Amino acid sequence: MPRRGGPPEVNAGSMADIAFLLLIFFLVTTTIETDAGLDRMLPPMEPPEDNVVIKQKNIFTVNINKDGQLLVEEELLDLKQLRERTIAFLDNGGDRTCNYCKGAKDESSSDNPTKAIISLKNDRETEYGTYITVQNELVGAYNDLRNREAQRLYGADFTDMEAEYLNPETPSSVREDLKEKVRKIQELFPQKLSEAETQLVTNNIKI
Amino acid sequence: MAKFNKKKDGDLPAVSTASLPDIVFMLLFFFMTVTVMKDSSLMVDNVLPNASEVKKLEKKDRVLYIYVGKPTREYQKVFGTEPKIQLNDKFASVSEVGDFILMERAKKPQELQNVLTTALKVDKNANMGLISDIKQELRKVNALKVNYTTFEGDAFRNLQ
Repeated sequence: MPRRGGPPEVNAGSMADIAFLLLIFFLVTTTIETDAGLDRMLPPMEPPEDNVVIKQKNIFTVNINKDGQLLVEEELLDLKQLRERTIAFLDNGGDRTCNYCKGAKDESSSDNPTKAIISLKNDRETEYGTYITVQNELVGAYNDLRNREAQRLYGADFTDMEAEYLNPETPSSVREDLKEKVRKIQELFPQKLSEAETQLVTNNIKI
Repeated sequence: MAKFNKKKDGDLPAVSTASLPDIVFMLLFFFMTVTVMKDSSLMVDNVLPNASEVKKLEKKDRVLYIYVGKPTREYQKVFGTEPKIQLNDKFASVSEVGDFILMERAKKPQELQNVLTTALKVDKNANMGLISDIKQELRKVNALKVNYTTFEGDAFRNLQ
């Protein structure tokens, strides 16, 4: 018998089931999160060629012992006060060459933000969570100061500017403009955070 | 007029499901574009610490991951409860970290080899000794850009 009315229609009723199957497969095997964290640079292996002499007063020492206690500039300090103390140290401007510092201008503390160095040491037994908290407070101190200067110069937060600069979706014309500003602020408060190799802080070991 | 047939009582018209596949396909494409494939399954406990001053890790193709934490329950019989390093899908010792980085770096395209970041996903109860050893290994192979991966939150919650 000849066929009438063209070819028969394909039943598309199970199409939805197939699509659901694919959807569920992708839901299970993929992750949606983007990772975030603290960016740090490790010091290079080969030591610098010329030995630079650094004045003791330009170094801010932070030691963490195995119980998570802090020894800052030879005295015990609560973790909650660390950010405040760090800002006071970086913003000090002891030799009065820093015209944007608002610190105490104490002669016995750091000369200039560009010379101030933070030295972080930890015990091998220190818990990672504590270490991250300390790192977070130190980076936070830098960010607070940089935000202050960025607000003064450009009327925007440094952290927002940097995030926009690093975002790959930002148009390149905006990025060129931001690059200059971000570098300017970074030069005002360069992040100098030295992490020496871990050692046993001998006087903290209980016998 | 016979043209206007009276509808039978209680007979609802069927809802057309012809556009259902289109809707589901739309969802499918959405998830395919915004997500990434899992590359390895975790063999260690990995509760990340919190931090507030975080930066987003953009561009997944230039990130290498190192996981640290104590083995999950099914592996504890074999590997004990001390924190271990996981590289890709297996446990590794500290001395293997350098080789791992060099190998992964060689797999990447030439122009990315110098801009790679190493993301350290470390359980918050791990000890710094192991982390220091890893950092030392990373310095040896000149992989200096690291990212301590954290959750976004109040950093002081780590201390509890």
